[in-house]
Amino acid sequence: MADLRNDFVGIKSPNPFWLASAPPTDKEYNVRRAFEAGWGGVVWKTLGLDPHIVNVNGPRYGVIHGADRRVLGINNIELITDRPLETNLREIKAVKRDWPDRAMVVSLMVPCEEVCWTDILRDVEETGADGVELNFGCPHGMSERGMGAAVGQVPEYIEMVARWCKAATRMPVIVKLTPNITDIRYPARAALAGGADAVSLINTVSSITSVNLDLMAPEPTIDGKGSHGGYCGPAVKPIALNMVAEIARDAQTRTIPISGIGGVTTWRDAAEFIALGAGNVQVCTAAMTYGFKIVQEMIAGLSDWMDEKGYATTEDFKGMAVPNVTDWQYLNLNYVTKARIDQDKCIQCGRCYAACEDTSHQAISMSADRKFDVIDAECVACNLCVNVCPVDGCITMEELAPGALDERTGRVVEAAHGDWTGHPNNPGAVAAE
Amino acid sequence: MGATQRQDGIVAGRLSPEAYVENFTDAYPPLDPHEALVAADRCYFCHDAPCIAACPTEIDIPLFIRQIQAGSPKGAAKTILNQNILGGMCARVCPTETLCEEACVRELAEGKPVQIGALQRFATDTLMATGEHPFTRADPTGKIVAVIGAGPAGLACAHRLALHGHKVVVVDGRAKPGGLNEYGIASYKTVDNFAQAEIDWLMKIGGIRIETGAMLGRDFTLDELRHDYDAVFLGMGLSGVNALMLDGAEDRLGNAVDFIATLRQSDDLSRLPIGRRVVVIGGGMTAVDAAVQSKLLGAQDVTIVYRRSQERMGASRHEQDHATASGVRLVCNAMPVRGVEGGVEFEYTQETPDGLHGTGETFTLAADQVLRAIGQTYGEAPGAVLDLERGKIRVDTEGRTSIASVWAGGDCAAGGEDLTVTAVAEGRDAAESIHRALSA
Repeated sequence: MADLRNDFVGIKSPNPFWLASAPPTDKEYNVRRAFEAGWGGVVWKTLGLDPHIVNVNGPRYGVIHGADRRVLGINNIELITDRPLETNLREIKAVKRDWPDRAMVVSLMVPCEEVCWTDILRDVEETGADGVELNFGCPHGMSERGMGAAVGQVPEYIEMVARWCKAATRMPVIVKLTPNITDIRYPARAALAGGADAVSLINTVSSITSVNLDLMAPEPTIDGKGSHGGYCGPAVKPIALNMVAEIARDAQTRTIPISGIGGVTTWRDAAEFIALGAGNVQVCTAAMTYGFKIVQEMIAGLSDWMDEKGYATTEDFKGMAVPNVTDWQYLNLNYVTKARIDQDKCIQCGRCYAACEDTSHQAISMSADRKFDVIDAECVACNLCVNVCPVDGCITMEELAPGALDERTGRVVEAAHGDWTGHPNNPGAVAAE
Repeated sequence: MGATQRQDGIVAGRLSPEAYVENFTDAYPPLDPHEALVAADRCYFCHDAPCIAACPTEIDIPLFIRQIQAGSPKGAAKTILNQNILGGMCARVCPTETLCEEACVRELAEGKPVQIGALQRFATDTLMATGEHPFTRADPTGKIVAVIGAGPAGLACAHRLALHGHKVVVVDGRAKPGGLNEYGIASYKTVDNFAQAEIDWLMKIGGIRIETGAMLGRDFTLDELRHDYDAVFLGMGLSGVNALMLDGAEDRLGNAVDFIATLRQSDDLSRLPIGRRVVVIGGGMTAVDAAVQSKLLGAQDVTIVYRRSQERMGASRHEQDHATASGVRLVCNAMPVRGVEGGVEFEYTQETPDGLHGTGETFTLAADQVLRAIGQTYGEAPGAVLDLERGKIRVDTEGRTSIASVWAGGDCAAGGEDLTVTAVAEGRDAAESIHRALSA
């Protein structure tokens, strides 16, 4: 049976599933329920300076639904904790005392003055917390006051604050990064330069989820007005995975531990983040959608999969996918596949045909009795038919073996790797060594 | 079960007043908005969707379901009504399980089709509840068309003709318009006087006048119509009932179609007499409608007896299940022989390559009341000399009969199945043909 115990920059937890700093970790009551449900750790919702901030009294969340109102993404305009610092510190201490085996990390956001950070770090240390996470991520509200993403978007500030914190505390310092930048490697490098022990990412994405067409105002709407919020949930997972991979394969940042965040909903999502180099994952939207019990599926699913694969600990497969993340120019242009439709699985909906005929390469034929076949001479293997087919496994991509004829190009598939760097159409091509 | 239910003979008032109300409410209540959205989300928006091809009126089903998904049920209704002006009634009475829903790819995939009929009802009910009529009549053409029969075929034809700007006079022999929608369909499928409400809504197009109580052949002739009108559409349905002699049971024997018509027009079901033990002979939808409603009126035992095997019943599997779930017993491969004291004697049958034969083995079912539902026939109006085909008016693909300027559609015309939706398609298509002829 797989050992899911996790050690993230010295912070130990019984499994790699932490709740992210967010409403689910806002107070003692929630966090106790989370630990009872089995969560390995929490990042306590971001603390700030007194007087505590206030939240809007209208709706805080907007949503994007998929079929059957399945939540694909939520955005929020909630700020950091709106309770007194003292209350939070007292509760953190009490929970940590009762749950010593769980990770207790405290998220922090105070103004960019060293004394502010030094003071609050001293307070947090007294709670017995295992570590701190510097919230340089929130894109809304706090950023207008020079905090959150306003810091995370300036690498020099990240480095500066990280350095202050490392100097002021014995606790591990995790820097939480905002995705609302052009290149995630710069803030990651800054965190590393400032001495941070780890980065966590992504925070939420700046967003307007929808417009109320009666009020002519963004949702969530507060008295006729709306403000951009932070977007999270399954919809942002692809963005998060890419940013995690960018840091994991960057020559300067590849050694920095990563706590993966962004749309983790099932064990599989978690395994994907870990395969791209994350040491653990943080979850929020899935818990906010389904409640804390979902961690039980995550634990069981990850454990079963690791058993099947023969991985004893998450370290065994951590980062295994990183070497396979490359630049486009190195992709093998001699690798040729064709779509294959399993007629036994096909339910004859014709979506592959519509997608290919209208928007792709006219590579699927349709007979009068609704039989759909791939035309190899036209198929560029774009994968769109696979993506739009409602039946899992009905359409797959089959590799043409070296020596086989690609009917589309009229060329025989070559066994040797051949990529853009050496392609004759590339003006900057370099001859193969 | 009260004592009145065990009383022999054909008597009224077998049930409590509440039981009548409960028994004759909507058998398949409409989807609420939440249910509709959940159901709509299951549609895959298939390419060249099989459900469209399976619909005699070729409603663009994926499009209207997508409109429901997108929060436009009224737009969905317009998509439906564009093809099928009686989309509201069809949503209630279509055997969707043998049409669109049988063709749905999710029937193939999971054995659970998208609830197309229920979604169609949701859309059309939503629109009709507003009272809006989403079509506008074209400028008057000065042409006038006679439509004989105010059933589904005639109404669909009349609406489409009016839409194109023609004047239409619809003539029907009964007291109320609607045809089988009003007189021939089980009442639990069309509660709240829906047939008349739908006609009122349909008439909002303008340019249509309905005259009831006048019959072709009795009150006017086809030649007169051809003289007085620019075109004639015949959609008077089937007036004859297949005969079934049952010696010794004449006093207990009635026609299912008459039974249903009486029931539909009754404003006090407790005054409607019903047998303690009812036997319905036949295997189609009318047999099921008559049998189930007999049960709902308080009959203690109701049996449908069909001469062939269950697979060959005209009623769909869904209808058969509805009957058995309502407490009706199905007996197949048996044909009536004669009436006997307190019942009917049947003989078992066997299907052989050279036809259906009695096996000689007989049994008797107790019966106070026997309803025959063995099909209806075209009873040609006196004086009309139209070419027939398999006993019905012969028409071409556009609904033209053998006589110039006369079109026909619906059950009286040879062609598709005798379904409401087929009649609508034929009436609509004949109207387009008439419009082309009048515009030429």
